[in-house]
Amino acid sequence: MSNIQQKFFPEPERYEFSAVPVHQFELARRDFFKILGAGIAVFAIAKDALAAQETAPGHRSFHNEELPKDINAWLHVGEDGSITGFTGKAEIGQNIRTALAQTIADELRVPFESVRMVTADTALTPFDAGTFGSRTTPTITPQLRRVAAAARDLLIEAAAKEWNVAPAGLVAADAKVTEPASGRSLKYAELARGKTLAQNLSAEDPITPATQWTIAGKAIPKVDARAFVTGKHQYTTDLRPAGMLYGRVLRPPSFGATLTSCDDSAAKAMTGVVVVRDGDFVGVAAPSAHEAQRALDAIHTQWKEVPQLSSKEIFTYLKQNAAAKSEDRFRKQKGSVEEGLANAAHRLGATYTVAYIAHAPLEPRAAVAQWADGKLTVWTGTQRPFANRDELADVFHLPESSVRVIVPDTGSAYGGKHTSDAAIEAARLARAAGRPVKVVWTRDEEFTWAYFRPAGVIEVKSGIASDGALTAWEFHNYHSGMSGIETPYDVANQRTEYHQVPLILRSGSYRGLAATANHFARETHMDALANAVKMDPLEFRMKNLSNARMRAVLEAAGKSFGWPRKKTQEEQGFGIACGDEKGSYVATCAEIAVDKTSRAVRVVRLVEAFECGAIVNPDGLRNQVVGAMIQGLGGALFEAIEFENGRIKNPHFASYRLPRFRDVPEIEAVLLDRKDIPSAGAGETPIMALAPAIGNAIFDATGVRLNNLPMVPNGLRSA
Amino acid sequence: MAKPIELKINGKRYPVSYPADTPLLYVLRDELGLTGSKYGCGEGQCGACTVLIGGMPRRSCQIPVSAAAAKPITTIEGLEKDGRLNPVQQAFLDAGAFQCAYCTSGMIMSSVGLLQANPNPSQAEIVQSLQGNVCRCGTHPRIVDAVRQAAKMMQEHAR
Repeated sequence: MSNIQQKFFPEPERYEFSAVPVHQFELARRDFFKILGAGIAVFAIAKDALAAQETAPGHRSFHNEELPKDINAWLHVGEDGSITGFTGKAEIGQNIRTALAQTIADELRVPFESVRMVTADTALTPFDAGTFGSRTTPTITPQLRRVAAAARDLLIEAAAKEWNVAPAGLVAADAKVTEPASGRSLKYAELARGKTLAQNLSAEDPITPATQWTIAGKAIPKVDARAFVTGKHQYTTDLRPAGMLYGRVLRPPSFGATLTSCDDSAAKAMTGVVVVRDGDFVGVAAPSAHEAQRALDAIHTQWKEVPQLSSKEIFTYLKQNAAAKSEDRFRKQKGSVEEGLANAAHRLGATYTVAYIAHAPLEPRAAVAQWADGKLTVWTGTQRPFANRDELADVFHLPESSVRVIVPDTGSAYGGKHTSDAAIEAARLARAAGRPVKVVWTRDEEFTWAYFRPAGVIEVKSGIASDGALTAWEFHNYHSGMSGIETPYDVANQRTEYHQVPLILRSGSYRGLAATANHFARETHMDALANAVKMDPLEFRMKNLSNARMRAVLEAAGKSFGWPRKKTQEEQGFGIACGDEKGSYVATCAEIAVDKTSRAVRVVRLVEAFECGAIVNPDGLRNQVVGAMIQGLGGALFEAIEFENGRIKNPHFASYRLPRFRDVPEIEAVLLDRKDIPSAGAGETPIMALAPAIGNAIFDATGVRLNNLPMVPNGLRSA
Repeated sequence: MAKPIELKINGKRYPVSYPADTPLLYVLRDELGLTGSKYGCGEGQCGACTVLIGGMPRRSCQIPVSAAAAKPITTIEGLEKDGRLNPVQQAFLDAGAFQCAYCTSGMIMSSVGLLQANPNPSQAEIVQSLQGNVCRCGTHPRIVDAVRQAAKMMQEHAR
């Protein structure tokens, strides 16, 4: 492995590759009204308890995360009554464009259709660290509600002034302010007319509790859905500004390879082709994609390659190369594990592994870059527009104000679109070409040069009393990460530790991060413990669990699944698992069957109960929950990145198996709506309990305990 | 000088200047601006680029433009007629059968092709015919429901 790669240690929870500075919004108010027209605007500078709470470590993570302290939000009421909400979050298929508009409509008391969201545009929207960590709903929803509540108050005050009455007696509803006593009313549009009234949110306005929501909480269909079913929506990959060239980048033959010679004369001689060489970067831009490909093929290079690890030796390597002593922030201990083990009736030790997997978003990484008057505009499908802007400013030695990053609603990400690779590549080529350039990664590039969910080794040692009560729990994660590392079960003696190992493959965020790995290990281990004392796995969990929300999802999933089930055929099995992360709770039940001749494992039925506080949009939530379950099937059963000599061996959909229609079982999602609990995000947690539930069902069917993800890449024959 | 190629797409004729061996997908997207058909893999493995050629669903990333000239081509842009969505589009809309929706064009085109050949497909036949289309967001159950619903709508309409 290369020296450069050796320097990098992964962060324990990979929301980002590096800490992000906090930036102030620079758009002046007069510019704001110039862009949007006159009206009423409310800005929130949220140095308040809500924001502080959100940036504090969650109860399941015990290291310091750096997130911006002053999350901003704003909203504009136009002279025509149109409402515009602004957020730096990006729409990547998780449906926030709809859910956030619902929130504003609900709080401002206007029809849903009158609200539009401006998202993820560094010139127009408030700074945002990125769309990750299931944070949009818990952070942005209350912000926008407070802003909308303040705007409502402003409109009431404007009406009170107009009528020369006290604001206290006026009511805001149906996009107008009404005086019930006289019956007279003024539309918001009328109240906003001719005004350029902006206000910083100062007081903490009370926001509408979930029990009184009228528009939020409803299954409102996806905004702009018609544009998607007619092919009219323009993703980054679809943009074609006038004069645009098509860019391609010449990739090294293997990771860590350095360029020793390059003959680009033939490419340079081609009409309309621009070749850019800068260190090891070699790229071309041409009037069409096929001309770009031809130019790329005409460049002859030689590379110096360096030895690289292979996927076969990865787990041994991770154990052997872990830091000798982990930092304090990666360790947590209570009681005495040694005593707990000594007093146990049963002791169990097991090792679990998880392979590298790929995000494989269907829209590959892409960017369109355009330079004008020394300023750079980049359209790109990223989860971190502001970080992309900063990196572009850094790379091209520009002030941040000279770079604008715009994120068109994007063809998914799953944690895979944090970096600015394509944006920088497109900008480099565009600067040299003097014309806009689009770079769209090929599927092969996407599988090879993006980044992966890291592999990991997890070791668990545990002890239980003869009645099934946990007495000791020791849990070590090597490399894959800390998300969801702590056990939710009641155990007096426990030790939890995360061991850093230098990066091998480029690794980063992924839906659920390491929670999927840690939950797989923990919930598989819990199943094995239940088996050791011959207890029902659900009963065993309940015995060791006092958390009421976790118990509620387990009960709900078990009830809908019909737990405990009686087997009706040979090699049929049922499994259960649960977990919590980022303020939401999940329990999954799985039924599997093994094919007698092929030994293939078929997932027959999945039931998952999920609870994330008050539900903002049950339809969008159901899509996210079911989607996470289906995506999770891949990592559970067969997805794995194979690599050797610095090359990815399966960089195609033909060789990297994804869940397809035939893999999808009967699925039921049970959504628990807790209107008494603030809404949490739902993008990640629903994926976490799936793999262990299936693995536990395989054990129930066959007596074979599978401790490695993916569990059955070739059916049970190879297990 | 190669003979100029003319494509018949969504009832209109388009002269094409790209080389004859260029995959149809690039001509549609880059030359003609019909960007509803998506690039997902360029290898015929994900179905995001699916169009109908002579009524049959085809992966446009695998068809040289010269081979597409003989028969009429329908892309996602050609399904809507006089402001009315095709029943499959309407059913996807009604079912909310998308998340990021990048696969949606290909899913709809594959389904339109299926229903033209088999107006009343079973669940297994729908699954079989969409097996080559990737939805990474995991919206499969709603997509299957949408196709069943579209079949029902089309049969009711035909009656």
